[in-house]
Amino acid sequence: MQYQSQAVAKPYFIAAIGLFVAQVLFGLILGLQYVVGDFLFPEIPFNVARMVHTNLLIVWLLFGFMGATYFLVPEESERELFSPRLAMALFWIFLIAGALTVLGYLLVPYAGLARMTGNELLPTMGREFLEQPTITKVGIVIVALGFLFNVGMTILAGRKTVVNLVLLTGLVGLAVLFLFSFYNPDNLVLDKFFWWWVVHLWVEGVWELILGSILAFVLIKTTGVDREVVEKWLYVIIAMALITGIIGTGHHYYWIGTPEYWQWLGSIFSALEPIPFFMMTIFAFNMVNQRKREHPNKAAVLWALGTGVMAFLGAGVWGFMHTLSPINYYTHGTQITAAHGHMAFYGAYAMIVMCIISYAMPILRGEVAANRRAQVLEMWSFWLMTVSMVFITLFLTGAGILQVWLQRYSEAPQAFMVVQDKIAMFYWMRELSGVVFLIGLVCYVISFFVKAGEEPVAAAEPNAA
Amino acid sequence: MSEVFTKGMARNIYYGGSVFFILLFLVLTFDTSRELPERDNRGAIDETVALGKRVWEENNCVGCHSLMGEGAYFAPELANVYDRFGKSTEAIKGFIASRPVDGIPGRRSMPQFNLSEEELEAIAQFLKYASEIDDADWPPNIQG
Repeated sequence: MQYQSQAVAKPYFIAAIGLFVAQVLFGLILGLQYVVGDFLFPEIPFNVARMVHTNLLIVWLLFGFMGATYFLVPEESERELFSPRLAMALFWIFLIAGALTVLGYLLVPYAGLARMTGNELLPTMGREFLEQPTITKVGIVIVALGFLFNVGMTILAGRKTVVNLVLLTGLVGLAVLFLFSFYNPDNLVLDKFFWWWVVHLWVEGVWELILGSILAFVLIKTTGVDREVVEKWLYVIIAMALITGIIGTGHHYYWIGTPEYWQWLGSIFSALEPIPFFMMTIFAFNMVNQRKREHPNKAAVLWALGTGVMAFLGAGVWGFMHTLSPINYYTHGTQITAAHGHMAFYGAYAMIVMCIISYAMPILRGEVAANRRAQVLEMWSFWLMTVSMVFITLFLTGAGILQVWLQRYSEAPQAFMVVQDKIAMFYWMRELSGVVFLIGLVCYVISFFVKAGEEPVAAAEPNAA
Repeated sequence: MSEVFTKGMARNIYYGGSVFFILLFLVLTFDTSRELPERDNRGAIDETVALGKRVWEENNCVGCHSLMGEGAYFAPELANVYDRFGKSTEAIKGFIASRPVDGIPGRRSMPQFNLSEEELEAIAQFLKYASEIDDADWPPNIQG
């Protein structure tokens, strides 16, 4: 660890992993509810479990992004963090507020939670992914402001690298766009229109800046490739991300009452959205091929390569599959969307957070890289999670294609629940893949506790990348 | 990438491209907001519909259902439920009010939300309003 204050990243990473485990457990509950409809009913109805599942995802990714920021900003700026104490205070505020919100979801009926937290004063609840009580949203804004202040002061006083500035731009964008979650008009179309300014412009906009800069940082560190080269790539990738992604928002404006020219704009621009993800893959593989050094942390390099590939498949390919408006007319709001959502979030965002954790955690624990046995287990977890996510996506895609056919496309369209029963087999297979994913995640957690074996250090790894 | 294409050029594409497309997006947003009154059925939004939207939100309906395709995919699409239920708000109210408290053994079931008569009327009017938004003829058929 080059700077003492980088240590604040560690609790953020630990919290991220803990919440990730909880998210996956709730995912398994949801998957089971798809086939055993009354599972945990009425104690934990589907909507509650889903809210916990998606909100935990967002929160653990934010913990991961913040941890990544606290780790890499001092190193890039070549100075200590402005205030490690503020960083720790915000950690506890965010964790406690997050925990209280999730407990609120689980212990109180949602309408009761809305009443308790005064939703009628400024109604923002009950919209997908933005289910948090208004007071939690205010808390998120406060944490974000404190975080940006802390990071901004550090960057301003230190060396300004492209990685630093792109990361900061992404984080500022994240905070600013979140403010649209407070805009909730009675007009449903306007509500939906601006809801996407949070949701789409996050994951297909500013989050890609965060993803790109974290990936660039890890590649600089692990490959030793000249910073100039990496930064040029980073600029091109994020340029393409924003050029395609901003108007690409239009692929959400096909069927919500917005003018029909969005069908053209959304189709054309979002058809180009795979480009930045493809470039990210090429970028990662190129940098690793041109590496100037053999970094002992093979696992981190694997995550870096994996996130490029899986983001391209999940966000790029699976996104493209149903983004053209004539196709989306039939696939919109089916299991195809769920398939895309799962692989895209895992590939682009879950994996980049695990990538930076993989790189940073050993350093935070006073080593350059984890021992060989720990790394082998971590790589096992990589493959278990990644392959099972591929299968989750394939099974949901199968379910989605059948659903579209039976419910929307065939001569005699059938009712929603009738169709759901017919595709139950796919949901069972998805659930099974989910169990394998959980096993992979457990391996991942265990890998942090694996001690070095008795192999003689001198004989270790001749080079097995 | 070769030296012909420098970091400075990449940076300029990033800045220029982002600024251009952000501005274009704002222009399109402005144009959309001008066209919306023709399509978004805002004339139908009265106090009941507004209350209905609150009921919709505060019971997290979107956690299972989709509305114009957005939401969860666990339960049927509701942007056209008014049409599917024979253009009857009474049918919608009756369905919601009659959900069994303990669910249906082995099957998915909507929770019993214990809505008041006023809330039931409001949610039904809200779904009627939503069904009459011009959403480019989506969903493809009555099954949603």
